[in-house]
Amino acid sequence: MARQNWVLIAVIVLVGLIPASGSRFYVFLATDILIFGLFAVSLNLLLGYTGLVSFGQAAFFGIGAYTCALLKKKAGITFALAFPAAGLLGAAAALIIGMFCVRLTKIYFAMLTLAFSQIIWAIAFKWNSLTGGDNGIIGINFPQYLDSKTRYFYFTLTIVTLSLFILRKIVNSPFGRILTTIRENPERTEFIGINVKLYQLLAFIIAGFFSAVAGAIFGVFNHSVFPDILFWSASAEVLIMTLLGGMYSFFGPVVGAAVLLYLRMQVASYTEYWPLILGTMLALLLFFFPGGIVGFIQARTPKTANSK
Amino acid sequence: MILQVENVQKSFDGFIAVKDVSFSVAKGELCSIIGPNGAGKTTIFNLITGHLPLDKGRVIFNGIDITRRPAHKICRLGLGRSFQRINIFPKLTVFENVQAAVLTHRGQSLNFFTSVQSLFRRETEELLAMVGLQDQRQAVSGSLSYGFQKQLELGIALACEPAMLLLDEPTAGMSARETNATIELIASIARDRDLTLLFTEHDMAVVFSIAERILVLHQGQLIAGGSPDEVRANPVVQDIYFGKARCS
Amino acid sequence: MFATGTSPCASRKGATAREGFVLMSLPDPSFLIIQALNGLTNAMFLFLIASGLSIIFGVLGVLNFAHGSLYMLGAYLTHQCVSFFVDVPGYFWWAVILASLAVALLGGVIERLFLRRLYHREELYQLLFTYALVLILSDLAKLIWGTDQFSVSRPAILKGAVEIFGQYFPKYNVVIIFLGPCIAFLFWFIMLRTRWGRMIRAAALDRETLGALGVNVNLLFTVVFVSGSWLAGLGGALVSPVSAIVPGMDVEIIINAFIVVVIGGLGSFWGTFLGALIVGQVYSLGILVLPRLSMVFIYVLMVLVLIIRPWGLLGRSLQR
Repeated sequence: MARQNWVLIAVIVLVGLIPASGSRFYVFLATDILIFGLFAVSLNLLLGYTGLVSFGQAAFFGIGAYTCALLKKKAGITFALAFPAAGLLGAAAALIIGMFCVRLTKIYFAMLTLAFSQIIWAIAFKWNSLTGGDNGIIGINFPQYLDSKTRYFYFTLTIVTLSLFILRKIVNSPFGRILTTIRENPERTEFIGINVKLYQLLAFIIAGFFSAVAGAIFGVFNHSVFPDILFWSASAEVLIMTLLGGMYSFFGPVVGAAVLLYLRMQVASYTEYWPLILGTMLALLLFFFPGGIVGFIQARTPKTANSK
Repeated sequence: MILQVENVQKSFDGFIAVKDVSFSVAKGELCSIIGPNGAGKTTIFNLITGHLPLDKGRVIFNGIDITRRPAHKICRLGLGRSFQRINIFPKLTVFENVQAAVLTHRGQSLNFFTSVQSLFRRETEELLAMVGLQDQRQAVSGSLSYGFQKQLELGIALACEPAMLLLDEPTAGMSARETNATIELIASIARDRDLTLLFTEHDMAVVFSIAERILVLHQGQLIAGGSPDEVRANPVVQDIYFGKARCS
Repeated sequence: MFATGTSPCASRKGATAREGFVLMSLPDPSFLIIQALNGLTNAMFLFLIASGLSIIFGVLGVLNFAHGSLYMLGAYLTHQCVSFFVDVPGYFWWAVILASLAVALLGGVIERLFLRRLYHREELYQLLFTYALVLILSDLAKLIWGTDQFSVSRPAILKGAVEIFGQYFPKYNVVIIFLGPCIAFLFWFIMLRTRWGRMIRAAALDRETLGALGVNVNLLFTVVFVSGSWLAGLGGALVSPVSAIVPGMDVEIIINAFIVVVIGGLGSFWGTFLGALIVGQVYSLGILVLPRLSMVFIYVLMVLVLIIRPWGLLGRSLQR
């Protein structure tokens, strides 16, 4: 337990040293990985911990990005307020959408999350006067006090570290344990006295909140927001990240995000057929490494005590 | 009376699975429901514990009408149950299985920030010892033998400290020796904890040796009830139940 | 930014073009009829494709994202065959048959070699495998046929139009409108009146028992997946004369096919028919009323059905 925490602190320090390398490319990539790492971990609270396949998590990521962008650009609200508001609106949306979704199970849950996210995509896509429709919202500037890629990177690192710390606390808490019992056997969980739907809803809200936080960081980082980030293929992509890293480990999804984004960056420079590579990778993963990268490594290393 | 079941009825697609069943169980009693396969025993359990909505009738537990309450609330009132088929959390360890039930019972399930790892360790260990699983505590429960999984099932049910426990075929699939050991265990726990038991069981020897009262269910209807001797002597029971059992 | 970020574009262009056209001629009642007939044509295409999706879900329990990709391949292959056979009389129909059979064969290969190994895994793995196929097949199509837009000309005998209340309606669409119910009837007949149909219906309800009764469930699954794929390929082949063959048509159709089967009821045959009719009309008539919102409306409809009747309008309620 203690040793793992030292490793984590070392990793955070190492990541914090990336700007010292002087490479704008790595600072950019690291920021991207941190954002999608948080997004994937928040999705995994549903997928790996609660056993809910959300096929519409991009909705909350997008809501976060649009809320922050619109508040900043259209309402002239300062980033310091717009940013937390984005997270809260994500949580509120997750409350409303989740109330309907948790009533369904398995594939029907996945379909309903997909359908809701498509509604939000269609709204963002068609409501030109508010969201700019297809043209999106552009020209979202960094706030003055974060006015460089490096500063914004440190901001992202701080927020993501803090969020992951909270999420890790949650999955290791009694509440987190109950989520895993729901994943394992919702019926039995009901009979130890748990209101399963309520706990699923709470997990959905927490996941929605942190997805929206990740989205808010993302929009400002790119200085723009487009409806594409809400489309169902975006939800599929974050599912792939989670599975690639390993859905039965807390940091697996971060590893998945890192590997996927790094590869895409590399591949993009010499071929446009990234989907072909991603698809092949995904298929290989599903057949040969169902536990993802972290699951694969864990299975091959002797267990150290029983630390999680 | 700790449990009163009044005129309960349930049908599936027009087939009446439970028809106008009424009975009650006194506090501290060891009561058994018997009947051939498909008589509606499990359905009655599912109706009492809120697993299925009932069509007609009332269920009263400890003076509280629990007829339309959701399953988790009924469990919190102190009415626990185990299942006929194995119903555990297979990827969690034995310890984690029981601990989840303990922490729920102690009102800690909405605690978001305490580490769960050593929470209620003593209470959980005690329960594991009680059901004879102290040496398996770190084993992944899904990999346990069938008998151990049945014991774990019992441990989870006991963790909620129920006043009354419904056991659905607690010895299903066990060898004769395992069956006897399990029944001994259940009876001794019930005595120690002043637990009211209502159980279904296919092994008639077991039923007639430990049950204080026996209810006989046939085609969804209660056809007899009373002490083991009364039930044994009942001609109707002899005819439809034992007669049939002997034939098959 | 995203891998398949180009996909919404396909639906985008179509929608705006239709909106502009529609708004000019709104008051004419005969136009409404033509628009309804257009909706009916689209509904028949949707039905062909969605019924394949639905039967695969009903029997195999797999929600096949790659179904739209098979449809797309059906269209591309028809284009390819047509350019091979231009000199043969009735070449269009030969192309349709060949292309749809090739797609069915591909479906068989997918099921036998890959999907089969995932049946015992969680649904998520099957779902994501079919998504992997979407990514792979869309890029393979780009590698083979490039990103240019293709079109196939209608067969000679169906080139003209018929006059309906002073409006012109393409003959080809008339044929499609009649073909839809024919195929529906054929399928209904197979499902209800043949041994295979009975086994397929039984497999949808209880696959273990069927296996225990000595039915070769493995073969049955392959047959179902192949016929479902054939329907997707046939849909793609028949749509090629009336719709542009472009990258992105796979993603566009799969979402609409999902909506159809969800509204009608996953695994329900007549539900799929009803769902296709509803979605077809909402797209073609909804655009007249609320051009901006018709797309939102269709998703709202899907959400409402999932909330109120998760098993769909005509689906079978799951035991609760």
